[in-house]
Amino acid sequence: MTAVTPPPETLRAPLVVEFPFTRSLGPVQSAFLTGLRERTVLGVRAEGGRVLVPPVEYDPETAAELRELVEVAPTGTVTTWAWNPAPRPGQPLDAPFAWVLVRLDGADTALLHALDAPGPDAVRTGMRVRIRWAAERTGAITDIACFEPYEAGGAPGTREPAPHSGVFDDPVTGIVAPARLDYTYSPGRAQTRYLRALSERRVLGERCPSCDKVYVPPRGACPTCGVATADQVEVGPRGTVTTFCIVNIKARNLDIEVPYVYAHIALDGAGLALHGRIGGIPYDQVRMGLRVEPVWSEDGRYPDHYRPTGEPDADYDTYKELL
Amino acid sequence: MSAPGRDVAIVAFAQSGHRRRTDDLSEVEMVMPVLHEVLRQTGLKTSDIDFTCSGSSDYLAGRAFSFTMTLDGVGAWPPISESHVETDGAWALYEAWVKLLTGEADTALVYSYGKSSPGPVRDVLTRQLDPYYLAPLWPDSVALAALQAQALIDAGATDEAALAAIAARSRADAAANPYAQVTGARPQGDHVVAPLRTGDCPPIGDGAAAVILAAGDRARDLCARPAWVRGMDHRVEAHSLGVRDLTDSPSTRLAAERAGFFERPVDTAELHAPFTSQEVVLTKALGLGDDVRINPSGGALAANPLMAAGLIRLGEAAAGIHRGDSDRALAHATSGPCLQQNLVAVLEGDPRG
Ligand SMILES: [Zn+2]
Repeated sequence: MTAVTPPPETLRAPLVVEFPFTRSLGPVQSAFLTGLRERTVLGVRAEGGRVLVPPVEYDPETAAELRELVEVAPTGTVTTWAWNPAPRPGQPLDAPFAWVLVRLDGADTALLHALDAPGPDAVRTGMRVRIRWAAERTGAITDIACFEPYEAGGAPGTREPAPHSGVFDDPVTGIVAPARLDYTYSPGRAQTRYLRALSERRVLGERCPSCDKVYVPPRGACPTCGVATADQVEVGPRGTVTTFCIVNIKARNLDIEVPYVYAHIALDGAGLALHGRIGGIPYDQVRMGLRVEPVWSEDGRYPDHYRPTGEPDADYDTYKELL
Repeated sequence: MSAPGRDVAIVAFAQSGHRRRTDDLSEVEMVMPVLHEVLRQTGLKTSDIDFTCSGSSDYLAGRAFSFTMTLDGVGAWPPISESHVETDGAWALYEAWVKLLTGEADTALVYSYGKSSPGPVRDVLTRQLDPYYLAPLWPDSVALAALQAQALIDAGATDEAALAAIAARSRADAAANPYAQVTGARPQGDHVVAPLRTGDCPPIGDGAAAVILAAGDRARDLCARPAWVRGMDHRVEAHSLGVRDLTDSPSTRLAAERAGFFERPVDTAELHAPFTSQEVVLTKALGLGDDVRINPSGGALAANPLMAAGLIRLGEAAAGIHRGDSDRALAHATSGPCLQQNLVAVLEGDPRG
């Protein structure tokens, strides 16, 4: 059965990507972030003598390993700034603020952070600022809540930064950096057609116009010919187990008793096998060639699993090309 | 580096019509017409391509290993000689160019694509930053560009009116570019992050691009006037923003020098400057004068499909040579915050006559 249908109305679904990266710290990063927890700002002296804040482990110019720590002041000078009228999720302040690069007194490079100021007219390059510490500090860049204006602080002193051992009790050795991004997923034409057909309990493959292979589920292109699969072909619903494995470890958030069988199933008329769980038969009786049919999910929108049809097993020659 | 031993040229270029959203298309559905177009231009079949290299980023659409799906569009089965870079396709072109220089391949297909519409792209881009000192603050891409713009203004290198003029020129030129997303006269708009206004920022959109590279006589067979890659190089700035002089781009200058840019004048420069202020930095770093046409395509201010916009600069510069509008062009691509990484290629057409 072949039919060409127009692209269906676009499907959309929320897609949340969340990942808490756990990162270990090198000795310089560890000293710097532990120092922030203790309201102490450390820099590192580069090979050429410059003091880098925030400090890095290797010289940005020579790549030499850097370990000579110094303490700089919590006051500094804005080297450039940008007014942010609409703070975004995760940024340091909820009300409009200025992004600033600040060269702390004693440092030769600038650190990026937020400046709490009433408006853009209150900010300028060269203005004096000081750190506002977060009330609760854990050893992270966010231990600096933000900067605040400190015009009373006068001009930066010429005092050399003081050497510092970098040793603190209970040093921070790692950070956990949580991140969440909210996407809206849309699957494209071929997969939209496939999903719409599934909701009508039909399995729709797409045929390559060049080599005639039928792809299920379709992704929109034939990977052999590099052309769009244009014709829709209804396949199945019955199929043949081509190969399988027995799952013995329970997946988190998955309410399926182990052991169970996960199989490659070649639906009748399809040019390749798809994945599915096999139910309705003891796990140790599943075999290659077993004939199966879909059991639809309660909402009827996708095959929850496949069960035996009771037909005789398929002959190996009928599915060996699909293994 | 300069091109030793072997002449390699861009012989075909195609791009999609860049759009704010492409919800109706999967990535491979967006990429395939562009791939087919460069094959059509050269008469090559997928099986004639010796090496394929692509550029994309899973973070844009939030899909892991998305490039394996788009590989379906090049006919990658049975397995082909293939590679991928998780950045702008200009760097994929660099890899393909090196492959051709080694003599291991005579033809290469390079493509890249990006769908920025599914996610909050300003926030997504914060995930490429230093994970210890920057990423926890979520400084978005416009904020970082605005810090650079303010540094330029403080240095007396530009002002808001000059930036607006760059925006206006880019979008006026883009009116002749049928693939551009934002064209013609537009208001500069409000500050997004001051001093940058809406007009100073690139449009957010989805798009794809592809080029075909070929070596020596193969290039002459496939294209009436190949765009020979005379040199190409890419360099990176120091990691920390606060270490850099944001008003300059020494990495661009060094890449340009190694690519042979300073040996002879160019007539055209395609600069990958997503923000107006970044064109100021690049123009200054390269010493480009009024005799050089900058971004006749409209540049990234007219269409900025992430991961493709840099490759498009190389493609647009090459297409100008193919058409005979240009004889020697500079193409530049960038990646990362505030022009962190920069690639420069010098392209030439054969003398006319
Ligand atoms: Zn095919």
